[in-house]
Amino acid sequence: METLERILMDHPFFAGFGKEFGELVTGCARNHVFEAGKYLFHEGDAADEFYLIRHGKVALEILPPGQRPVVIGTVREGEIVGASWLVPPYRWMFDARAMELTRAIGIDAACLRTKCEADPKLGYEMMKRFLPVLVQRLQSARLQLLDVYGRRAG
Amino acid sequence: MNLAASRTDQAADHFLPTPYRVVAAKREIRDIVTLDMVPVSGEMPEFLPGQFNMLYVFGVGEVAISISGDPADKSRMIHTVRDVGAVSDAIAALGPGATLGLRGPYGTAWPVADAEGNDVVIVAGGLGLAPLRPAIYRVLANRERYGRVAILYGAREPADILFRHELETWRKQLDINVEVTVDHADQTWHGSVGVVPPLIARAGFDPENTVAMVCGPEVMMRFSAVALGDAGVPFERIHLSMERNMKCAIGLCGHCQFGPDFICKDGAVMSYDRLAGKLTIREL
Repeated sequence: METLERILMDHPFFAGFGKEFGELVTGCARNHVFEAGKYLFHEGDAADEFYLIRHGKVALEILPPGQRPVVIGTVREGEIVGASWLVPPYRWMFDARAMELTRAIGIDAACLRTKCEADPKLGYEMMKRFLPVLVQRLQSARLQLLDVYGRRAG
Repeated sequence: MNLAASRTDQAADHFLPTPYRVVAAKREIRDIVTLDMVPVSGEMPEFLPGQFNMLYVFGVGEVAISISGDPADKSRMIHTVRDVGAVSDAIAALGPGATLGLRGPYGTAWPVADAEGNDVVIVAGGLGLAPLRPAIYRVLANRERYGRVAILYGAREPADILFRHELETWRKQLDINVEVTVDHADQTWHGSVGVVPPLIARAGFDPENTVAMVCGPEVMMRFSAVALGDAGVPFERIHLSMERNMKCAIGLCGHCQFGPDFICKDGAVMSYDRLAGKLTIREL
């Protein structure tokens, strides 16, 4: 049977992660299954967990007042959902909806933050993994803002 | 006849458009139209994937438009046009039976023959799928000659996806990886939302033995080329279709000058090793 630690360490986000750190992170992890249409979390909720997607696809959404939700990005197998757990006040800034049956591993944020504070090497390893994801998403958001594909269809 | 006079005569021939008749017009999406046309008389010229023609609407003007049809189909010349200006508006308004002038084909080609034996990554954004479609036709018609084939396409929103039916058909083919993403969507869209460059890292190809062909808005091509380079594809194997203000199409007038190159004759398809340092120079 696959252990949770094995599943976690096989996720691309943890590629090359040290075994000693793997055990620490696994202690904060649990499995999740989200049916299509179910929300992982909503904007304003406490960001008490972040998710490694094992299977499926998740839409990141913002609800403009009086309008239908706008999908600002999608995240799929091998990627992660959520960075708000890293930054006080630890609140989600968007909704996350499973677009299809989605299996994920959730990492308890308070648990991991405590371990990162206690072991700066673990904290640095986590930062080295989160920062490229955040930078890539920031760059993608900037490109989206440019609206490069010509004039808006009327 | 002296050399200068001979050159002038040759140039004059190049500026003489051949009359073509529109035989079919299809509105692809709200502001993009595909026109099928045939010569009013004479034979259809052959073309290579990636080449363009100068289309001339009599009394309005002339504009460079890439060929979007199948190079194996000798029966018609196909162009896909977005109505963004006076001339392209006029072209997009043409219906079956209308006549227009055509000069060409001009320019360099996608390296579809040189890519044989390699993985192929095709990265398109928006209308940029049109100049790549002849290359896709050619690759798919000779699928056994290539390694892995990935088609990565980005559009503004789901309603703006060009050649949607063909993308869906290609996606059904089991030996092609087709990824489509849009910049913006609502909940009715079940596909990916995001920009094109991040798709490259997950496309699955052997970078050292890959030929990449990229066409779309220049910003999108710039970032896609960087992503391909980051993935390990050598710059000389990354090819971009450049767009500048092409007027004469034969390297005489200088309107499309890009550093030492003229996009009309040295391009439009150019390898990234020639372009990389220049794409971020504002004056170009």
